[in-house]
Amino acid sequence: MAQSKSNGIAGWLPIFVAAGLFVWFCQFIAPVSEGQVLRVAWDWVPSLGIALSFVIDGLSLTFALLISGIGTLVLLYSNTYLAGHPQYARFALFLTSFMLAMLGLVLADNLIALFVFWELTTITSYLLIGFGHETEKGRRSALQALFVTGAGALALLAGLIMLGITMGTFELSEILQRGDELKAHALYLPILILILCGTFTKSAQFPFHFWLPNAMAAPTPVSAFLHSATMVKAGVYLMARLHPGMAGTDVWFWTLSIAGAFTAVFASILALRQTDLKQALAYTTLMALGVLTLFLGQGSEYGMTAFVTFLIVHSLYKASLFLVVGCIDHSTGSREAGVLGGLGRAMPMTAFAAALAAISMAGLPPFLGFIGKELKYAGVLEVAGEPFVFTAALVAANALMFAVAAVVAFKPFWRPAGGALPRQPHEAPWQMWIGPVILAVLGLVFGVMPGLLQTTLVNPTVDTFLGDAGKAKELKLWAGVNLPLILSGLTIVLGLILYLVHGALRNALARIMDAGPNFDRGWDRFLKGLKGFAAWQTRTIQTGVLRWYIFATFLTVLIALGGTMIAKNAAPQTITFGDLSWKNVALMLLIVSGALLTAITRSRITAMAALGVVGIGVAMVFIVYGAPDVAITQLLVETLVVVLVAVALLRLPYLDPTGIKDVRPFDAVLALFVGLVTTLILLAVLETPLDRRLTDYFETASWPEAFGRNIVNVILVDFRALDTFGEIAVVVIAALSAYALLRTTAPKGDGK
Amino acid sequence: MNSIILRAGTRYLSGLLLLFSLYMLLRGHNEPGGGFIGGLIGSTGFVLYAIACGTADARKALRVQPNNIAMAGLGIALLAGIFAALFGDALFTGQWLFIGGDKDEKGLPLSTVLVFDIGVYMVVFGSIIALVFAMEEEI
Repeated sequence: MAQSKSNGIAGWLPIFVAAGLFVWFCQFIAPVSEGQVLRVAWDWVPSLGIALSFVIDGLSLTFALLISGIGTLVLLYSNTYLAGHPQYARFALFLTSFMLAMLGLVLADNLIALFVFWELTTITSYLLIGFGHETEKGRRSALQALFVTGAGALALLAGLIMLGITMGTFELSEILQRGDELKAHALYLPILILILCGTFTKSAQFPFHFWLPNAMAAPTPVSAFLHSATMVKAGVYLMARLHPGMAGTDVWFWTLSIAGAFTAVFASILALRQTDLKQALAYTTLMALGVLTLFLGQGSEYGMTAFVTFLIVHSLYKASLFLVVGCIDHSTGSREAGVLGGLGRAMPMTAFAAALAAISMAGLPPFLGFIGKELKYAGVLEVAGEPFVFTAALVAANALMFAVAAVVAFKPFWRPAGGALPRQPHEAPWQMWIGPVILAVLGLVFGVMPGLLQTTLVNPTVDTFLGDAGKAKELKLWAGVNLPLILSGLTIVLGLILYLVHGALRNALARIMDAGPNFDRGWDRFLKGLKGFAAWQTRTIQTGVLRWYIFATFLTVLIALGGTMIAKNAAPQTITFGDLSWKNVALMLLIVSGALLTAITRSRITAMAALGVVGIGVAMVFIVYGAPDVAITQLLVETLVVVLVAVALLRLPYLDPTGIKDVRPFDAVLALFVGLVTTLILLAVLETPLDRRLTDYFETASWPEAFGRNIVNVILVDFRALDTFGEIAVVVIAALSAYALLRTTAPKGDGK
Repeated sequence: MNSIILRAGTRYLSGLLLLFSLYMLLRGHNEPGGGFIGGLIGSTGFVLYAIACGTADARKALRVQPNNIAMAGLGIALLAGIFAALFGDALFTGQWLFIGGDKDEKGLPLSTVLVFDIGVYMVVFGSIIALVFAMEEEI
């Protein structure tokens, strides 16, 4: 870091792009809050019904603002955090591409376009998580995230295509309007399962949760961006987007509620167990995703309002806290909860941001987090099936969250200094604390003036879900003494107790967790097993013995052709050989004797020459039946094949074929059967009358339309020129690959 | 292979084969022939040359890397196809120009179809020669 610390144009240009996008999206707040839905579309693949269509309604605008807004602050932050990093330009490119892909994802109104953006976020997040690719851990985490979310995405693709085909359109807005039709459809369940596979892996719901904490290998600003408003929320977003069309069934309710509730509690317990601040935050992200999924399970007015509010609250405080942890790391060189302490004086602005964000996370008044928590309780009490179970889960998760907030944001700043720090703590530069401060202050501002959020984002989003903006519940700090308030009090008391005993609890948890199943290690075992299986099947199938390859190929041909012929009952009805002229008989004898000689002879050169006889015999058949072009090609190819094979075969060493005698009878039987089946099929083909439509067309159109009398060639270069182009491309590729293969095996020691 | 007779014969034969391959290429639109067949015949000429005089001499006689010929052919074929798009037709639609035509005779036809066929010729010619040369040199 001795050289210049500026990142130049790569540093500030992405910031302006993101900020510009944020401002651009702000102009839609007014129309959307009046209930408008803006749409724009371009044709993409019209023949398949795929369009690049985008929609701006409450839900997508909320996401777009969070993505571009937090993106701006994160880019500003990274420019200082990674100042002078030799690969900063690459980093900025990845982060900006990721942001754009994410924006495309939340705005897309076409299933296929949505999926393309979905995969773009997968790929760009892979690059971001693996930015520290010099370390084993970084590479492993990136690959794990890619595999888990990529596998889910495959299921999602299948689900989306099925959805599009059953509904007859790929336009989301149309599908969602016909939700009842979809829910009654026989394919509803498979579609739902496939789509949920995609969203659960992306949003790290149990049991796919293990990749998310590992993704913390990324630089801290990346974690802040990916785990607050973007990557992991993509799954939640898709479930929210499909909610109007697919929710309301028992499967939907129970799957989402149980997975969400379980993930929330499970993740908060794991969060308390961590000593690394960033890891602790990662697990609270899991908790938040669980809660959001839980609320998407149902469709009550309180539930949906709680969903939107908590979505915004979480993005604000989580991004803020991640960035704070990055500041701490940057200034002190450590993220260990046990070591850090007494930073409040040295880093006042960071401490200020941390305090505000943590209070919002803990859910204390007058912050937005408190309103969010009240709404969550009101929402969960409305859950139809088992309100008690889900409420208890939510109270537990929130209490644990309270404790984690205190561990992450209170202890490092305000308890007496712990162990020795790698670096003398000092305040981070303004570019780094401004982001967390803005986000944390917003949490307070929205808490005090919830009306700001209510009309602009909450109401339109609830409108997206329930079709009526008026159904949104009011966001307010004081709702009177009611059950949610009592539950809030209970949460705070429980949270305080958990915080006080968290040291002992952490050790106990660590012991229990170490004993229990470890999904991360399970993943390693799974990968190892997969590799072992691949190695085994390669060893088994790829024996390296050419004879076996050929035997297997022809056996497959025999089974496929013969089996089909028998199953379809397509064997020829009569076997007649028509009138054979002496020319036909002579050619037949020539071909058969050539083939026999090839099979019997022991000399390689004889075998090659005999094979050439077969080829020339076939070429002469073409001549007899008036296909000169095919015949010429066949003759030339035969000549060249003999030359090529001669070059190779004649110089191979002579190997004594021991044991070849034992297998020759099998080869002979296989050869006879392949020949028999091929003959039968050709005879059967001859029985069906020739469809002359294509022939007639080419005969009449060849001269007037393509000015050529040689129909074969006219087809090749004019009617079917694109096919020919594809073929010659294959020829070139094959030649180049063969050339490369031959070259790599030749040691370049001789000659010059 | 070291045979004076073969070498002496090849000198004329390969030239004749090349000439014949061009003839086959050009007449292909109306008579049996075309780029594929032409390319095959042309490559036989050089394969013969390589067998008789060795690949080093054959490479010298060819002057250009056979890989490059194949790649250039692919490029020419593609350009011939794109050419149609410039005139608003679908890709690979044949574009024709008849020079000196009147009512009955169409005159000398020039077309992108022929250019495309020349591309095919070069691809087949280059690919096969590249392959044979590489094998000869390897073994």
